[in-house]
Amino acid sequence: MDNQAAASTITNKQTAGEPRKARGRVSIIVERCKGCAYCVEFCPLGVLVMSPDFNSKGYHYPTVIHAEKCSGCDLCGMYCPDFAICGSRQPTKE
Amino acid sequence: MSGNGSGALVGAHYLDGDHAAAEGAISAGCNFVAGYPITPSTEVVERLAGRFPNTGGKFIQMEDEIASSIAIQGAVWGGAKAMTVSSGPGISLMMEHIGLAAMTEVPCVIINVQRGGPSTGLPTLPAQADMMQARWGSHGDYEIIALSPNSPQECFNLVIHAFNLSEQYRVPVLFMMDESVGHMTERVVIPPQDEVEVVPRRFTKLPPGEYRPFETDEDLVPEMTKAGEGHRIHITGLTHDEQGYPVMNAKCQDKLVKRLVDKIRKNAGEISLYHEDGVNDADVVVMTYGITSRVAMRAIREARKAGIKVGHLRLVVVWPFPEKYVRRLARRIEAFVVPEINLGQVVLEVERCTAGKCETVPVQHAGGTVHDPRAIYDAIVEAAR
Amino acid sequence: MSSTLSKETSDSATETHGDTEAVQNPVERFLRTKRMPHIWCPGCGIGTTVNCFARAIQQCGVDLDKLSIVSGIGCTGRVAGYLDLDSFHTTHGRPIPFATGLKLANPELKVVVYSGDGDLIAIGGNHFIHAARRNADITVICVNNFNYAMTGGQAGPTTPLDAVGTTAPYGVCERPFNLPFLAESCGAVYVARWTTYHVRQITKAMVEAIDKKGFSFVEIIAPCPTLYERRNRLGTGLDRMKWFKENSVIRNGVDTRYCDIGFQQEIVCGKFVDIDRPSLLEMTEAKMVDLLSKRRWEEIAKRQQKPLGGVHTKE
Repeated sequence: MDNQAAASTITNKQTAGEPRKARGRVSIIVERCKGCAYCVEFCPLGVLVMSPDFNSKGYHYPTVIHAEKCSGCDLCGMYCPDFAICGSRQPTKE
Repeated sequence: MSGNGSGALVGAHYLDGDHAAAEGAISAGCNFVAGYPITPSTEVVERLAGRFPNTGGKFIQMEDEIASSIAIQGAVWGGAKAMTVSSGPGISLMMEHIGLAAMTEVPCVIINVQRGGPSTGLPTLPAQADMMQARWGSHGDYEIIALSPNSPQECFNLVIHAFNLSEQYRVPVLFMMDESVGHMTERVVIPPQDEVEVVPRRFTKLPPGEYRPFETDEDLVPEMTKAGEGHRIHITGLTHDEQGYPVMNAKCQDKLVKRLVDKIRKNAGEISLYHEDGVNDADVVVMTYGITSRVAMRAIREARKAGIKVGHLRLVVVWPFPEKYVRRLARRIEAFVVPEINLGQVVLEVERCTAGKCETVPVQHAGGTVHDPRAIYDAIVEAAR
Repeated sequence: MSSTLSKETSDSATETHGDTEAVQNPVERFLRTKRMPHIWCPGCGIGTTVNCFARAIQQCGVDLDKLSIVSGIGCTGRVAGYLDLDSFHTTHGRPIPFATGLKLANPELKVVVYSGDGDLIAIGGNHFIHAARRNADITVICVNNFNYAMTGGQAGPTTPLDAVGTTAPYGVCERPFNLPFLAESCGAVYVARWTTYHVRQITKAMVEAIDKKGFSFVEIIAPCPTLYERRNRLGTGLDRMKWFKENSVIRNGVDTRYCDIGFQQEIVCGKFVDIDRPSLLEMTEAKMVDLLSKRRWEEIAKRQQKPLGGVHTKE
């Protein structure tokens, strides 16, 4: 996915006054995370960033910075060695 | 795979011990054998390779004894009744997996047709020098059961008994033949299947979620299952809890290993098997096992003619050693005479149990042939003095 | 952020965005969640491969009750403990013969061997080549992190030339194995190699390997940030993953003799072998049918199929 194109699309929509509904969502089990940052690196849309906070074991965990970009592709989930994160499509609402 | 001994060759035959042992396995319902050729045990697997397709069993020659000794365990977890066969050098290779079978409580039979050792030794000649190895060969604390046949007929009968003990106690059972018994040809009668007593595997009836592979009640033996039943078991050689999951601490170790050991020790009375002749009023008892028992019979006969009150105690189950009985006898008799084709192995157990209450006279033999009965006779006479 | 230890599955420890309820990771149902967190280090590639495996078994639709996983000793060997399947954690180097026996005893089972480079190829090397030769119907997943990780990072038969390990502190002086070449030359019917960067391809390869009849082999190059990467100054797990992304080259179908891995040289990935030949059981059956006649063999085979017993045995 071309991050630049996605970003500009969102920016356009935002400047037009309409918030874009994310197609996907991310679930993070903070206590399982060991701070490897694979999810942050390999998210194709730049949804995640490592949090300045840390869990009880002292690891920084990912946090969502661009929720609206998430497509629910679950690449973060596929990479995670600790089963600490997964992405999924938002349920479609009528 | 059929576990009901179908294809048994009912009738009287003229077989050597190796062949008889193979037929015993078939009558017991053994349906998986993984093996590797090694003299003097090769005939067992050769016969099974030929017989198995007909009896519903599977044979595979693995790349080495290490592979054989664990392939049978994989097969047991697949639901098979399994056995492997080897001799000295191959048994040494199998030691790690005997420990695994003891730790994960896998019922299986391992035949050792003992030959001269150590190392490559005397491949075609008898010895009984692996007896202590059978008991202590693998690392760590564990118990196994070991049997010792003294004729081809016993090779047939006792292999069935070995399988029964393995199923009853969920433990690997070592079948300690030797080259003499393995290669001597005698009459072997194979009974019809309805006369063969086969102890079935105690499969659990508990559903997934309730079943725990290493949970026991007072008999200390857990119920068995197999892969594919939905139990989603975890089996590991690491120290584990009742669920089978590894728990790395002293408390779990204490609980598990003591149970594995007590499982045999507490039931030793039931497991023990020996034949006695004239022990009740004997002054001297000759303790033997395997082929040496037959040589000793000659010596005992002569000694009795000479007026010595000598009894014969032949161990059929060598491990667990009949400790309680030997201790009791030691208080009454003058001496044990222990001929074995080794430089002193089971005699050490006798010495330990008699604790000096009576004499213990070993009759050692480095291997390569059976004793001269005269050597045993001389020892009896010396002991009676 | 609370500084107390919270349980992994509690909602308070879960952040969710876009919706208020926590979404269960679809992989959870394949895991023994009570045994989480696992023992693998931060950035270890093994967990990623397990993620792929969970997705693969979901995709190929295999009956989970009939799927058995067999592993050896080592970090990768611990996989068996974390998957909610019939799992067997055997001795060092010996999952393959165990799996061979398991599959022969019950051919209805799908048997997957999941272990590491040292376990499968050093001590287990003999079993590896024979199972491939026999075309035993098992799938072998080898996570190759170039060292013996569990015991502290010793060099092994896949450690690249000149890389260091604790038992090769001056650098390895032995040429390592080229695993796809080894597997192919011994007769494996499916051979693929990917790195943990290639998560989608790994999943697909695992699906194909599991569905494949015969000896199928998937090698997965994985980071070992605590040991191999650290001792060889290759950065963090993340650096390594980025390196995999930049330096792996996909060459499907290439001759496996060109799949050697040099120290910090490009890694050739892809599906290299996908052929058909009769499995061990098929060869045995064909021989029996040849010798005995089909009808006679079917009678005998019926006896073989009659299982020894069990709760769910269908008589």
